[in-house]
Formats: sequence, structure tokens, C-alpha cells
Amino acid sequence: MFLSNDVQENTEMLERHIVQPADAEHPTILSTEDLHVYYGKKEAISEGDLRFASNQITALIGPSGSGKSTFLRSLNRMNDRIATVTGRIMYRGVDINQPSIDVYEMRRRVGMVFQRPNPFAKSIYDNIAFALRLRGTTDKHELDEIVETSLKQAALWNQVKDDLNKSALALSGGQAQRLCIARAIAVKPDILLLDEPASALDPVSTSQLEDTLLELKQNYSIIIVTHNMQQAGRISEYTAFFNQGRVLEYDTTSHIFTNPQVQITSDYVSGNFG
Amino acid sequence: MMNPKTQNKVAIGTLYGVAGLVVLILLALLGYILVSGLPQLSWHFLTAPAKAFLKGGGVGVQLYNSFYLLILAMLISFPIALGAAIYLYEYAKDNWVTTTIRTAIEILSSLPSVVVGLFGFLFFVVKLRLGFSILSGAFALTFFNLPLLTRSIEDSLRTIDTTQREGGLALGLSRWETVTRVILPAAVPSILTGVILSAGRVFGEAAALIYTAGQSAPALDFTDWNPFNISSPLNPMRPAETLAVHIWKINSEGIMPDAKAISSGSSAVLVLAILLFNFAARYLGKRLYKRLTSA
Repeated sequence: MFLSNDVQENTEMLERHIVQPADAEHPTILSTEDLHVYYGKKEAISEGDLRFASNQITALIGPSGSGKSTFLRSLNRMNDRIATVTGRIMYRGVDINQPSIDVYEMRRRVGMVFQRPNPFAKSIYDNIAFALRLRGTTDKHELDEIVETSLKQAALWNQVKDDLNKSALALSGGQAQRLCIARAIAVKPDILLLDEPASALDPVSTSQLEDTLLELKQNYSIIIVTHNMQQAGRISEYTAFFNQGRVLEYDTTSHIFTNPQVQITSDYVSGNFG
Repeated sequence: MMNPKTQNKVAIGTLYGVAGLVVLILLALLGYILVSGLPQLSWHFLTAPAKAFLKGGGVGVQLYNSFYLLILAMLISFPIALGAAIYLYEYAKDNWVTTTIRTAIEILSSLPSVVVGLFGFLFFVVKLRLGFSILSGAFALTFFNLPLLTRSIEDSLRTIDTTQREGGLALGLSRWETVTRVILPAAVPSILTGVILSAGRVFGEAAALIYTAGQSAPALDFTDWNPFNISSPLNPMRPAETLAVHIWKINSEGIMPDAKAISSGSSAVLVLAILLFNFAARYLGKRLYKRLTSA
């Protein structure tokens, strides 16, 4: 792991263990290099260097305030007006963290689902279709088809197929969150970022959501922030452990949970702090 | 020392008393206006022109003027207020510029309407030579209305959760698309309510109009809709006494024998119109919300 000099001075004593994914079948789709995030003068993320494997689920874990959500939101530049992000975010050979990038186009490739379900105050159908219409898909049949496949992929189709014109605000929390996933995948992204998507859901909805994600990784590369250790263990291939704005350990999920190399990681995953 | 339970009872009792008093005063006022005014109302009263010296005049022209002025004032002030509110809430960063704008809006909204009227007189009537006219009145009402409408639209935007904006942006929508396609549709019912309520205030405004739209109501020819003719109802350059100004004028210098009755009747019409605005605001707001949110 390469550390720039000024960082090294501060982190000499810091115990870290970073193993980037190296799986020929799942090449790197997104990587960050020398990423720093500042809120005003306060540094929230210092030097996060991670590579994310395609068509896999990567979990970001760590105590509250460790910077995992900030890190995730930087990946599709949702922090643009809130924080200053320096460093490179490489996506298909292009640094998407530079001003010349069309950030709106980029976000269609790197979709995001948030902590609290946020369906729009529109019908279920329009929640999915209206962003497509804005980008020129106006053919009714084509829209119908995308709405149907997205809802099916998000495992919501069977419950709502007769109510597509009803308000999305009437859906339950779990359904609303799956609608948000359907909405995100309808614009055909490569990467799906999820920020604690199950934290507002009951256990049944959570487990349905996890099944959905396991299905989705065939077509999408997924990065998920979670507070739930079991969840990370159940669904992810790789896990990054964040603490105080740094990635302290990154490895396959099984290594992180069964044989963590860093003491703090070990304490955290075994529930001794955080 | 009272125990908490008695204390609570005393507090609730006091609050009920205070609330009851407020309701009582309002009902008494409303009741007085309606009881003394409703008997004066008739089709003739609502449609006939006013008479200066004789009995039996109506308020037809004034009522029409009130609505015409209201519509003009709203047409001018709504787009400006909407733009300002969108800028302030959706785009502007919190810095000294926006703080200054907000402070200015706050000061303007507490400006006495007679001051707005005198400003309108000096600026629109005299300086811009618009004379006592509907247009001068509409501009004065715009100044009167703008701060409150901007505030109310900004508040409507504020009620839409931030997560909605993030949802739009995360789908690759631009900020403008997010505002126009996600935020505004969701806020329309609440914006509409604000617009109608402010319409009620504008409708009942007198002081800002006395020196701008004037105190005379020339007879109108309701068959002539050419806005360039002086007797056309659409002509924006004619002086136009509104209902509220009429009430003020009759009470201060009315010399017709039935001045008191006309004033009572006009007041009742005014109150009824404003009540109508309020109920319409609630009804339309709810209807529209249902329409917009469930296709």
C-alpha cells in the first residue's frame, strides 16, 4: 500500500492491513486513489485507497462517524456541494472526480440508494419511468418493459403489478426501498451504491432486500454501507473496515470476520466496541 | 405547592380559556359583520354600479375591480415570488447575500401597507406617470404581496424532504430537473394554498390602493372588452376603486342616504369572498395533492 509522505508521518504507528481484491473473473470496476474528504477544514476521510471488484458485493463497515457513508457518497459525487473531495476516483479508466466530468451522466452509471426510502410523490410507474422520459425514452412499450423488468429485478413486481398507477407514498417501508432500488437500476447503472439501505426496515423486509441484492450482483457491482455485521457477513465478498476516516482493514469478508489482522477490526466485528 | 396532576389541570384549563376567548372574539366579529351585512345582499346590490347621492346603489363595479386587480397583482407577483423562493431555497448558499435578501424580505413583509401605498403613489402614479390606475394598484399590491408570497413558497419547498432532492440527483437529474420535476410537483398543493391565502389578503387590502388604484369607479361597459377603451372592464389604465377601498370611502365621506347599509353589505361580501378563498385553498390543496401523488 502506497502512502504519501505527509500521511505517513501521522500514520506510522497505525496498524493497517489492506488486501485489494485480485480476482481475474471480477476485474476492478471502480477504485479510489489518495481520496481525501473535507467538511470545511475538518478532514472526514484521509487517504482511502480501495479497489472494488465488478459483480461482487463490497461492504463498508465501521463505527458511527468513521466516514464510511461520506466515502460512499463521494463515489458518485453526492458530496459535491457539501464537502471538498480531493484525489482520484477511477471508473473505467477515467477519473470521475474532476470538474470536466458530466456529473449527471456519471450518476446514471453509478446509482445510489439511500438510508431512508425516498420514493417520489408520484405513482409507482412514474417513479421509475419519469427519469427515463427525461432522457428521451418516450415509447410507451419500451417504458412499460423497463418498469416491469426493474420491478422484477427488485422483487417488487408481484406485489405492485396491479397498482402501478397508485401513489408510491402508500407503499410499506420495505416495498418503498425496493422501489428505490428498481428506480436506480431502471437507468441501467454499472455500479449500485447503497447507504445502509436496510436500517429503516424490519427483519423480514431486510432479508428480502438481501436476497434481492444477491440476485442483483449478477448484473451490477454493489457497494453497501452497513451497520449490521451479520448482513455484511451474509451478502458481501469483500469488506472494508473504516475507523476515524481511514480504511484500517480491507480483505475478503471471510478473512475480516474469521481472522482479522488488525486489533480494532477484531474488536469491532466481535462487538467489543462501536 | 400543587401536585403535578392539579398543575396540569390548571394549565389545560387556562389554555382552553384563552383559546375559547380567541374563538369567541372572532366569531363575534364575523357574526356582527354577517348579521348586519347579509340582509343587504341581493343580486342588484352585487351587480349594480354605485350611486353617489341616491339610495339603492350597488357594488358591482367595485367587486369586479377587486377581482381584476387581484388577478393582475397575482400574475405579476407569483412568477417573481416563485423564482425568488426557488433561488433562495434550492440554489443560494448561506452567505451574506442571501441573509441580506432574507432580511429585506422580512422587513418588507412588515411594512405598513399605507407606506407601500404612498410609495406606489410617488413612484408608479407620479414618477412613471401611470396615474391612478389598475396598473399602479397592481404594482403596489405586488410590492405588498411579494415578501409574504416568497416566504410562503419558500416554506412550501422546505416541507419537501432533502432525501427527495438526493433521490433526483442520484438518478442523474440536474438540479433544475430535480426542482422542476420532483420538488415542485410535490410542493404544488402547499404552494397553491399559500397563493390563495395571500390572495385573500390582497383582496381585502385597502390602504395600499387608495393612492394608487384610486377612489373612483367610473361606470364600466361590460359589453366592451377592448382593453384600450376607457369604459372597458379590461382597461388597465382606468382608475379602479375596489371593494375594500369602497368600504373605507363610504365610512369616511359617503353622503348617500343608505351609506351604512352599503358599507355593511360590502363588508359582508368581502368577508364571504375571503372565507371562500380559504375554503377553496384547503379543498383544492387536498384535491391536487391526491391527483399529483397518485397519477
